[in-house]
Amino acid sequence: MYTAIVFLPLLGAIVAGLFGRIIGDRAAQIVTCSLLCISALLSGIALLTVPFGEPFKVPLATWIVSGSFEVDWALRIDALTVVMLVVVTWVSALVHIYSIGYMSHDASIARFMSYLSLFTFAMLMLVTADNFLQLFFGWEGVGVASYLLIGFWYEKASANNAAMKAFIVNRVGDFALILGIAAIFLVFDSVDFDTVFAAAPAFAEHQIALFGVTWSTLDLICILLFIGAMGKSAQLGLHTWLPDAMEGPTPVSALIHAATMVTAGVFLIARVSPIIEYAPVALAVIVLIGATTAFFAATVALTQNDIKRVIAYSTCSQLGYMFFALGVGAYAAAIFHLFTHAFFKALLFLAAGSVIHGMSNEQDMRRMGGIWRHMKFTYAMMWIGSLALVGVPFFAGFYSKDLILEAAFAAGGVGFYAFALGIAAAVMTAFYSGRLLFMTFHGKPRASEEVMHHVHESPLVMTIPLGLLAVGAVFAGYLGLPMVADDHAFWGGSIYLAEMERNIIYLAHYVPTWVVIAPIVAGFVGLGLAYVIYIQRTELADRLAERFRPLYQFSLNKWYFDELYDALFVRPARQAGTFLWRRVDAGIIDDYGPNGVAATALEGTKRVVKLQTGYIYHYAFVMLIGVAALVSWFLFVARG
Amino acid sequence: MSTSYLFPAAPELLLILSGLVLLLVGSFKDHAAGARLVSTLALVTLAVAFFATIIVTPGAAIYAFREHFVLDAFAGFMKGVVFLGALGTLLIAQPYLRQEKLERFEYALLVLFSTAGMGLLLSANSFLALYVALELMTLPLYVMAAFKRDTFKSTEAGLKYFVLGALASGMLLYGISLVYGFTGTISFTALQDIYAAGDVRLPIGALVGLVFIAAGLAFKLGAVPFHMWTPDVYEGAPTAVTAFFAAAPKIAAMGLTVRVFAEPFGAFVADWQQIVIAVAVGSMALGAFGAIGQTNIKRLMAYSGIGHVGYALVGLAAGTERGVYGVLVYMTLYLFMTVGTFAVILTLRRRGQELERVQDFAGLSKEQPLLALAAAIFMFSLAGIPPLAGFFGKLYVFLAAVDAGLIALAVFGVLMSVVGAYYYLRIVKLMYFDAPPEPFDKTIEPELQAVLVVTTAVTALFIVFPGPILGTAQVAASALFP
Repeated sequence: MYTAIVFLPLLGAIVAGLFGRIIGDRAAQIVTCSLLCISALLSGIALLTVPFGEPFKVPLATWIVSGSFEVDWALRIDALTVVMLVVVTWVSALVHIYSIGYMSHDASIARFMSYLSLFTFAMLMLVTADNFLQLFFGWEGVGVASYLLIGFWYEKASANNAAMKAFIVNRVGDFALILGIAAIFLVFDSVDFDTVFAAAPAFAEHQIALFGVTWSTLDLICILLFIGAMGKSAQLGLHTWLPDAMEGPTPVSALIHAATMVTAGVFLIARVSPIIEYAPVALAVIVLIGATTAFFAATVALTQNDIKRVIAYSTCSQLGYMFFALGVGAYAAAIFHLFTHAFFKALLFLAAGSVIHGMSNEQDMRRMGGIWRHMKFTYAMMWIGSLALVGVPFFAGFYSKDLILEAAFAAGGVGFYAFALGIAAAVMTAFYSGRLLFMTFHGKPRASEEVMHHVHESPLVMTIPLGLLAVGAVFAGYLGLPMVADDHAFWGGSIYLAEMERNIIYLAHYVPTWVVIAPIVAGFVGLGLAYVIYIQRTELADRLAERFRPLYQFSLNKWYFDELYDALFVRPARQAGTFLWRRVDAGIIDDYGPNGVAATALEGTKRVVKLQTGYIYHYAFVMLIGVAALVSWFLFVARG
Repeated sequence: MSTSYLFPAAPELLLILSGLVLLLVGSFKDHAAGARLVSTLALVTLAVAFFATIIVTPGAAIYAFREHFVLDAFAGFMKGVVFLGALGTLLIAQPYLRQEKLERFEYALLVLFSTAGMGLLLSANSFLALYVALELMTLPLYVMAAFKRDTFKSTEAGLKYFVLGALASGMLLYGISLVYGFTGTISFTALQDIYAAGDVRLPIGALVGLVFIAAGLAFKLGAVPFHMWTPDVYEGAPTAVTAFFAAAPKIAAMGLTVRVFAEPFGAFVADWQQIVIAVAVGSMALGAFGAIGQTNIKRLMAYSGIGHVGYALVGLAAGTERGVYGVLVYMTLYLFMTVGTFAVILTLRRRGQELERVQDFAGLSKEQPLLALAAAIFMFSLAGIPPLAGFFGKLYVFLAAVDAGLIALAVFGVLMSVVGAYYYLRIVKLMYFDAPPEPFDKTIEPELQAVLVVTTAVTALFIVFPGPILGTAQVAASALFP
């Protein structure tokens, strides 16, 4: 059954990808969608059976045996895996179905469905990995699939650039991840999860010397792994690719850049909890980066005008929440938030896609407004998604986000920092969610007559997935509560805590009441502010922007990260590249290498041709000279 | 006295007798019809001579005509190759002669006599036999070069070839006389016996004689610095004659060179190795660089031939059985590639006019994909690209050179074959990536078709069935190193 869950999407990808032209678009859609639905159904069954039980493995094949380096293909099935399976397959199945409607006007439907399925397979490979190398295989697989999907409209230069940017920025993280895995093999002499996890406590005090500095081995390894996670999960510093990735089709954004691939980093850290529990420095770093990302991304989301970019920064921000939850040791809370977030964020993206679809591919909120009458269903869906995101009580986000903030407070230390930034981010989250809703659906229409005339509700094949995700966005929180029970029984050992008395989830129940209420208040404050500014006194927005111009510009330009990187890395790299190309490659290697040799050859051939005068006496002369030279050589040199 | 001593020379005697008979036949027949009949009979004769060679070639050497004539496995192998070359080139000459209105029965006769000369040359066991056979081979060649006697170019080619050939013969004779003067014998066997016993140095005069002989042989091979005649003669001679020049006499001369160096002067490897290396290096370099600038395909093939002789000489330079084995394999495969290439050149026509410029290959693949494919196979093979036959030819000679410690020579050879690859691949590029300015003539004459099929098959499939060539070449090479 587990093998089927993982490999059915691959089958779909192969069929749609290789035979898409033969079987046609419709058949490709049917094959990929139905295979994923089966996979999703099986995942659902797994969710009912696996948690609370012992983890187990499904061996597949031997992969590499080289000295002490042994790697097998195997599926590791435990509660953590199953939660990820459910998230991935359910969202993926709904996105597959949604894509039938969304991509109906596209020229290469089969290719798109194939990429989606391929991505799903790689993601499933990642979450079912039984060792670090297999995890890395899935990790790179989703990277490739993401590259293909972001650059799906390869005729568009911006899409190609975004795809490359995503790939290259991720390389930075991937490089750290490889180093981390290599370090694990160096220290533990194995890349197998069980072996490494079992040995981790013994290495808690182990130290390693690197660049003349003594490091705690586990801290070093975990920080390397975390840098890898930062790349995939778009944490501050390596986040720049995520907003640009919105160049891809919207279903891709929903699947990859909201629900699945970006959560791979969260999954990785939760997976290695048995190691990271013994790496206090790494945990602190994770809290700092996570909290800062949550805050940073929220501030940027305040001023963005592209509807998808707002949601993208929101994703970035929510991932920050998950990370600082991991950092304070509330792994269960982080995965819980990952689970609820997948539903409401996919819902938001798909609803945004529905708006974009209805508005003739318009993505700029400044040219929307007043369309709620025309797309009532999408409007309702957008509200549900936003309320869940804001954390309004009894929507999914409420349970997970509150728990994370409480856990951060309960942890103390860097936790307070995370809590403070988390609350600030919560206010901003509510504000930009309200802004998005009000700018898009309310007020006077700012689109052209022609576009407004065409505004329409999306077809059923798109709205049904929205409805199903909305159900998830409402109930996932309540239904997922067993995940964050104090005793961690749900996880059956897949999440590890070094000391049960430092059980943050348990401690989170005993925080002061104001801490519990603060996030809820923050949500309502943010929404209220947005209502005042964008519905009641619309001129306020511009006046505020004018008044706080530097701040506004700082946020609008995304804290100038792209400019900074451009100046720090891109331009020097280009200059170095240009130098190497012009001076070293073209100047030295080409001139003295291929071109030089070719020129010499040409010169040589000219001389030879010149010798060939056509006069017999020249030819005879050459022959005699030749004989004379050979004879003299023999007489004076060889026999001399 | 029985006639059995004539038996080893049966193929050559057959060629000469048949030539004399066909001379009469041609004289009493109509012009064109006579030429056709004579050609057909000459082809049959060559085929019979080829099979006769296979039959008469013995396991151990047989001497005849007072030891002026030897028939061993080496001679047999080389004769077989040469006769095949003559057969193939005479076959592809037929449509050419028809189209160029050159149907005169003397053509086939000249081929027959020249080929008989080659056979005797390969069996020569004394310098006297060598010289007589060489002249018998060469004299018809001068006439053939000028066969299109109403054109300036052809007569010029014939005259140049004759004058320079006479000079080379003079050198050869002078060398022979020096060797005779200092050693007192002209017999290969006697020379071998004298110097086989231990540590004897070749007298200095004989050494000078050896240099002169080498010069004369190098002229026939078209090796640097005695190559100057080849581009002019190849270009000026009628294309069918050029094909014959490139195939048969060159291979015969190579066989003779190998024998002269390996048998009478076999004890002085260290001495003649220097000459051979110098000549090989010069030929490889000139063949590679000279061809780049050529615009005429026949001139290009002349330089290509110079280069290939250079590669073959690398094997001889090794001075070992393996080296000679490499030379034999190389020349055999070279024969098929060259005859095939000339078959392609002879096929290329536009409105009945023959095409000689390299540029004329442009766009061949679009109009005649199979012909272009065959041409591409020959070009890749001549360039020495695996898995085609030409690669193995080079492989064996270079391996032999490395075995003999001539690593620098082998490396130089490989480098030159890289340079040489340029002009072969340029032709492939022209055929496959450029557009033809005007359509080619579509018909491929049956004789050309047959030759193309056989040569392409051998070139492409040598890797699958290398046995027949490698096996016999091994036996032939070991005959020189008892």
